[in-house]
Amino acid sequence: MSRLFRSPSAGICIAVIGLLMMGLGIYRGEMAIVFEKAINICMECIGIG
Amino acid sequence: MVKRNINEWKRHRVQALWTLLTNSYLTGFLQGKIYRGNLKKICLPGLNCYSCPGAIGACPIGAMQAVIGSWNFKFAFYVAGFLMFMGAVTGRFVCGWLCPFGLIQDLLHKIPFPKKITTFPGDKPLRKLKYVVLVLFVILLPMFLVDILGQGAPYFCKFICPAGTLEGGLPLVLLNKSMHSAIGWLYAWKNLLLFVTIIISLFIYRPFCKYICPLGAIYSVFNPVSVFRYRVDKNKCTDCEACAKACKMQVNPAENANDLECIRCGACKKACPVKAIR
Repeated sequence: MSRLFRSPSAGICIAVIGLLMMGLGIYRGEMAIVFEKAINICMECIGIG
Repeated sequence: MVKRNINEWKRHRVQALWTLLTNSYLTGFLQGKIYRGNLKKICLPGLNCYSCPGAIGACPIGAMQAVIGSWNFKFAFYVAGFLMFMGAVTGRFVCGWLCPFGLIQDLLHKIPFPKKITTFPGDKPLRKLKYVVLVLFVILLPMFLVDILGQGAPYFCKFICPAGTLEGGLPLVLLNKSMHSAIGWLYAWKNLLLFVTIIISLFIYRPFCKYICPLGAIYSVFNPVSVFRYRVDKNKCTDCEACAKACKMQVNPAENANDLECIRCGACKKACPVKAIR
């Protein structure tokens, strides 16, 4: 098991899963939520909201 | 010593260049506004407040809380996938080379101070605090502590993040007179946290990264499996511990080259007299 985690293939597999998750998130419309939050001044982030 | 400094300044140049590149909306600093273009859909790898007037991308921790706290989504596949990808490829390389708030702490630590503290009783257990901050403030509270519409606030940004205060809060409040009347106890609290972070950074190396940062907590779990990571040639290693002495994150690369605390700064590689770390 530990040998599996030491090989670069484990990292490559996780990276591919990450890319697939990104694709799923974009397909679900999550990017629009991120965009809406990021283009407006986040009052909570700056300590006012 | 000289060798280590040369290496550090090379890294700081990369950090500074990346910070400038990802905060290149200079008009924002002049007008007290933030960038509202399409690039804001894309997450940046480091802790970079999207309310910084210069920011051209989104902070992944802020973005994650925004999606988790929205009424229609309870899991952030886009942001989690992005962080998994970055972590799986580079581990905490982002912390060492591409995080603006990491750069600020690096530079603060260079300021001479009577006594620099490398470790103290409770240092190791305190490093686990960042995982508590991640689970509690970035995931659970935005998910479950919601308003009547089912929306959760970005609790980490709201109550903890000093990067948001420094990069967004201070410049925006200074540049917008209309915001002056809106500041209250929360603004004072966040400025206090920023002040404390700055002071501690003078004598402890990267305190925010070591103990609080949820982004570092996420990337750290990928350190042992990331594609690009350190490897120690045990045949060459003489156990001289030069690498451990050079590490400001108090990692011993000879024992575990991909410790969760390693930020891939490269100090150990430079310090190794027999070039055993690759």
